[in-house]
Amino acid sequence: MAEPVKLIGAVGSPFTHRAEAALRLKGVPYELVHEDLDNKSELLLRLNPLNKTVPVLLHGDRAICESLVIVQYVDEAFDGPPLLPTDPYDRATTARFWAHFMEHKCSMPFWMALWSGGERRKGFVEEARENLALLEEHLQVHGKRFLAGDAVGYPDLAGSYIPLMLDMFEELSGTSLMGDDEYPAMRRWVKEYNSDEAVKSCVTNKKQLAAYFRVKKDKYKMMVKAMLKQY
Amino acid sequence: MNEPVKLLGSFGSPFTHRAEAALRLKGVAYEFIQEDLGNKSELLLRHNPVHKKVPLLLHGDRAVAESLVIVEYVDEAFQGPPLLPSDPLARAAARFWAQFAVDRCLRTLFKALWTPDGEARRGFVAETKENLALMEAQLEGRRFFGGDEIGYLDIAASGLAWLTVLEELAGVERSMIGEEEFPALCRWRGEYTSHEAVKACLPSRDQIVAFYAGMKERLVLLAKSMQKK
Repeated sequence: MAEPVKLIGAVGSPFTHRAEAALRLKGVPYELVHEDLDNKSELLLRLNPLNKTVPVLLHGDRAICESLVIVQYVDEAFDGPPLLPTDPYDRATTARFWAHFMEHKCSMPFWMALWSGGERRKGFVEEARENLALLEEHLQVHGKRFLAGDAVGYPDLAGSYIPLMLDMFEELSGTSLMGDDEYPAMRRWVKEYNSDEAVKSCVTNKKQLAAYFRVKKDKYKMMVKAMLKQY
Repeated sequence: MNEPVKLLGSFGSPFTHRAEAALRLKGVAYEFIQEDLGNKSELLLRHNPVHKKVPLLLHGDRAVAESLVIVEYVDEAFQGPPLLPSDPLARAAARFWAQFAVDRCLRTLFKALWTPDGEARRGFVAETKENLALMEAQLEGRRFFGGDEIGYLDIAASGLAWLTVLEELAGVERSMIGEEEFPALCRWRGEYTSHEAVKACLPSRDQIVAFYAGMKERLVLLAKSMQKK
């Protein structure tokens, strides 16, 4: 199907990155339509009235929302290297399980650890590191380059915020989330992810995301502070 | 693969139900192993060390965790009627709405149920109803979200089916899913709960009550902690 593909996204969005990386990995030509998240377009609000967020994939006149739903759609609607394994068990246990873990268990403590401060931060950092330890064990036992195989796939995209934003920990707080002699398999995974050609070629790459968050860091710190005050 | 299938679960739990419904709909023979959630078995802890939760599917010596991951696995690993459509766009829609049902309906509904009366509770009820209206619209006069047959989205949203029992337990006077406001959802609920395959794994009112009865205090605390998220 040779209908035009557009990705409505924001350069500073790790969610947009997931979708963009999926398109690149699959080899699908697309146009990136830039959204200003502080001034959302009529197009975005029309295509994603429920959540009003990026990314939104436009394939011809079909709109698909939610980054991980988009990744799976890209895998299924286009020819190209598979983003999930073919065996049902591997699909369920390595790909989907770890994608779910990255999205639902790992992301919140990571995000909160990044932007919070003081005593509360300690708790989030601890939780984030516990999650890293689980991922470390999986990578070591599974013995592959990436979470579900030897190529970047679905769970890696789900967890891509880690390789993309890990350096920011050090930038923001002076300490790294992973020490130089800790989590060797995770640090290898981070390096592998960031060196992948398709990933590197994204507009929403590590450098762009870092630049975006550097500019917006006070805003996110304030947001998290406000969230925590309510507890 | 003709290896034995076991489902570790807790009867009365809507998450366990999802996994069981998928197995029944697919026509897969399985053994149900009831887990005592206050005293988890060695089998569960060994095969689901990351989350230590039910449901957990054991297919031969392979363990699959997370209810919706189990549903997709059952759909892909066994022959039988498809639970997800084959068209990629339809699959994307089912996944999108399943996420919506889980995050914006079931989650807010949970908060609405277990938050004590007051402004916060009224807010959750309003939000739940707003989101349920969107689910109502998704049915578009069909029997199930999946069309003529139960599909992935129906299974994901199945927790709505025994809402009335929970509302009784929580002391709610008028159900959130009333006939007038949500005629399609009420009809769907009837269809879902009377479906041959599903009926066989639907907990009875007593079983649901038993599952939740000991938990009320914990649920109220959990709802409170979820409030500000």
